[in-house]
Amino acid sequence: MAVVLILVLIVVGSVLFHVLSPWWWTPIASNWTYIDSTLVITFWITGIVFVAVVSFMAYCVFRFRHKPGNQAAYEPENRRLEWLLAGGTAVGVAAMLAPGLVVWNQFITVPDDAVPVEVVSQQWLWSFRLPGADGKLGRAETRDVSPDNPLGLNKNDASGLDDVIIEGGELHLPIGKPVRILLRSIDVLHDFYVPEFRAKMDMIPGMITYFWFTPTRTGSFEILCAELCGVGHGQMRGTVIVEEDADYQTWLGQQQTFTQLMASSGEPPPAN
Amino acid sequence: MVEIPSGSAGAIPSAEVEDVELYHPRSWWTKYVFSQDAKIIAVQYSVTAISIGLVALVLSWLMRLQLAFPGYFTFIDADHYYQFITMHGMIMVIYLLTALFLGGFGNYLIPLMVGARDMVFPYANMLSYWIYLLAVLILAAGFFAPGGPTGAGWTLYPPQAVLSGTPGGKDWGILLMLTSLIVFIIGFTMGGLNYVVTVLQGRARGMTLMRMPLTVWGIFTATVMALLAFPALFVACVMMLFDRLLGTSFFMPAIVEMGEQLQHGGGSPILFQHLFWFFGHPEVYIVALPAFGIVSDLISTHARKNIFGYRMMVWAIVIIGALSFIVWAHHMYVSGMNPAFGFFFATTTLIIAIPTAIKVYNWVLTLWRGDIHLTLPMLFALAFIVTFVNGGLTGLFLGNVVVDVPLSDTMFVVAHFHMVMGVAPILVIFGAIYHWYPKVTGRMLNETLGQIHFWTTFLGTYAIFFPMHYLGLLGVPRRYFELGETAFVPPSAHTLNIFITVMALIVGAGQMVFLFNLVWSLFRGKEAGGNPWRATTLEWQTPQTPPVHGNWGKDLPVVYRWAYDYSVPGAAEDFIPQTVPASGGVTREVPA
Repeated sequence: MAVVLILVLIVVGSVLFHVLSPWWWTPIASNWTYIDSTLVITFWITGIVFVAVVSFMAYCVFRFRHKPGNQAAYEPENRRLEWLLAGGTAVGVAAMLAPGLVVWNQFITVPDDAVPVEVVSQQWLWSFRLPGADGKLGRAETRDVSPDNPLGLNKNDASGLDDVIIEGGELHLPIGKPVRILLRSIDVLHDFYVPEFRAKMDMIPGMITYFWFTPTRTGSFEILCAELCGVGHGQMRGTVIVEEDADYQTWLGQQQTFTQLMASSGEPPPAN
Repeated sequence: MVEIPSGSAGAIPSAEVEDVELYHPRSWWTKYVFSQDAKIIAVQYSVTAISIGLVALVLSWLMRLQLAFPGYFTFIDADHYYQFITMHGMIMVIYLLTALFLGGFGNYLIPLMVGARDMVFPYANMLSYWIYLLAVLILAAGFFAPGGPTGAGWTLYPPQAVLSGTPGGKDWGILLMLTSLIVFIIGFTMGGLNYVVTVLQGRARGMTLMRMPLTVWGIFTATVMALLAFPALFVACVMMLFDRLLGTSFFMPAIVEMGEQLQHGGGSPILFQHLFWFFGHPEVYIVALPAFGIVSDLISTHARKNIFGYRMMVWAIVIIGALSFIVWAHHMYVSGMNPAFGFFFATTTLIIAIPTAIKVYNWVLTLWRGDIHLTLPMLFALAFIVTFVNGGLTGLFLGNVVVDVPLSDTMFVVAHFHMVMGVAPILVIFGAIYHWYPKVTGRMLNETLGQIHFWTTFLGTYAIFFPMHYLGLLGVPRRYFELGETAFVPPSAHTLNIFITVMALIVGAGQMVFLFNLVWSLFRGKEAGGNPWRATTLEWQTPQTPPVHGNWGKDLPVVYRWAYDYSVPGAAEDFIPQTVPASGGVTREVPA
């Protein structure tokens, strides 16, 4: 009987824990409320299945536990029941998968008006690059990284000269404008992760990865690295500040461009 | 249900090949040490796997102490922490679970359950164990090597695995890890070929494939998968060794490490991930399928009822095995691979839930209208179902690509895979040990100690991993030496971490009770007799217990029925062994 009681307690306890737990997702600060909704659908469907299966087990143990003189039934198969259960499971799976794939399609379809913002990672530091007045980011290569060119911009690409470079500081973003986050690493794998934005993506040396979102709430949000990148992994932090456009423009004006960066490090500007 | 007339003798084919003479040991050394008897090899595999598994258990305590009390235990620095989690993960997945299920249970049960005298290639089988032991020793050597073992995480992702920012990256650690894996795979291949060929060629007369116990089906399918999946890991390990030792660039693009340009270029870190997970996902089922098979037999035997839907269970095992080769990239949704892959891999991953769910339904439907004996093996089987259902369902979160995005790389993932491929298979291992220990040793394990072990393990692990999901939902990332000051993490999360650590230590203590029981019962356990559970399968019908070399005495067994004739209406007892001829010209059985 203890077994029955404990199985019931596991069901009740798990549901109560879910309802009463103080540990839940952080308030969202991006447009990805659909991700949260899909997660909630999944919680409902899987929760119902969990409660049903474990409760049924508890009932079986209660009702069919051994007593002297009991004999088990002999029933090798029940085709109808088996196919019915398989069909029901398929419906449940489809109910989770379909919205999931629709939202995934949105997640990977970047809107045309999204502004590119580059995040560059290295052990154990975040840097950022924003397009200058031309709205374009210049080309960059790991091979071009040097002490005076920490993000490896191609000096012969004119579209990169006005790029705004922020080393190891905070990234500011204007509220309500979709951004296309372009991710680049110059050493090992990292992962740009801000829990409030719900999105994350690995950064791979030699490749540019991306995701997009629209900030929907002003405030300061912590950037974590979510892909093991060596002993400093846990200390690799940064900050994203989402603010009103006017504040953003003020901040942007105070940042230095690639040209200014090279000038300050004593390097002659490129010939063109 | 179908009733078919048995053609009495016609149902049993005549022997196609002569019974061959086995190699007979001539000395103590060849009998107990360099033994070619699968049963001895099974015990050697099991003892070695459990021993190195204990190391992994201790490592888990150390990492939990660090997570609960950061900074308090000064001997655990960041280097050590990452070394602990790496070695814990790799030991548990490969050197404990894979080795114990296939090398341990596979060796012991396959010949006995299919009615063979031994594995078909006993010499290669012996080599398999000794090479496995060598792999374990190379792995353990990492703890004593300069720089210690690798701290790259059990996934060993390059480039960090071979760079100086990772413990062991530029020292011996990663080299020993890769070498150990390569050696392990060589050894496994020798054993694995044995298991497959023995199942296909070594079965007793009358033991058709569709009369095999699900334990054999699970181990057989898992072995076929392992033979196909491990080569991907083998290749990845060799390539990474070349990158690290010879300066090649299979996985290494242009890299600036700590301000210095490295001499690599053109390689792809993501290629390693594809190779690793092409092995790594089937690996989940290489561990799970033997557990599925074994637990089916435990439930059937101890509920005194045939497994419900045997044919569907067999096909589910085979289909899961096949599908598991096309789902690997669900470990890589946020890896930066082409995002369009997400559609395909999310679909295949969620489809695999259907055959898996069928197995769960059939387990609980076997309990329905059964005669449930709450023995220790049955308790562990029930605990397995709870744990596996929980862990399987959270897999639907992580498999559904867009839901994975916020949860990936958080503690939710850690909780999920520990539930589904850590705790669940280990509960089956425990249930299986309580079930078969009497056959291996001739004695029962102590019931009271077993009850203590069961309740601490089942409830303790649930208390560890169920709440851990919610830390991940909150956003707490995995593989953090310390969380430090993080704005979105409330102080209550730290309290939860302490709770989890305390539970982990209690569960660990419970395992000491189990180990004591294993040794104590060897000498003081109750005499078991040949078939204490009144089971139908062949291993319980051996002339001696423990079975002697050659298993069967003069004549090989002949099989007349499937493995699940429990509580057959009209039968004198509630079980009919597979070796009992059909009486009255009618046998109730699923047609082959």
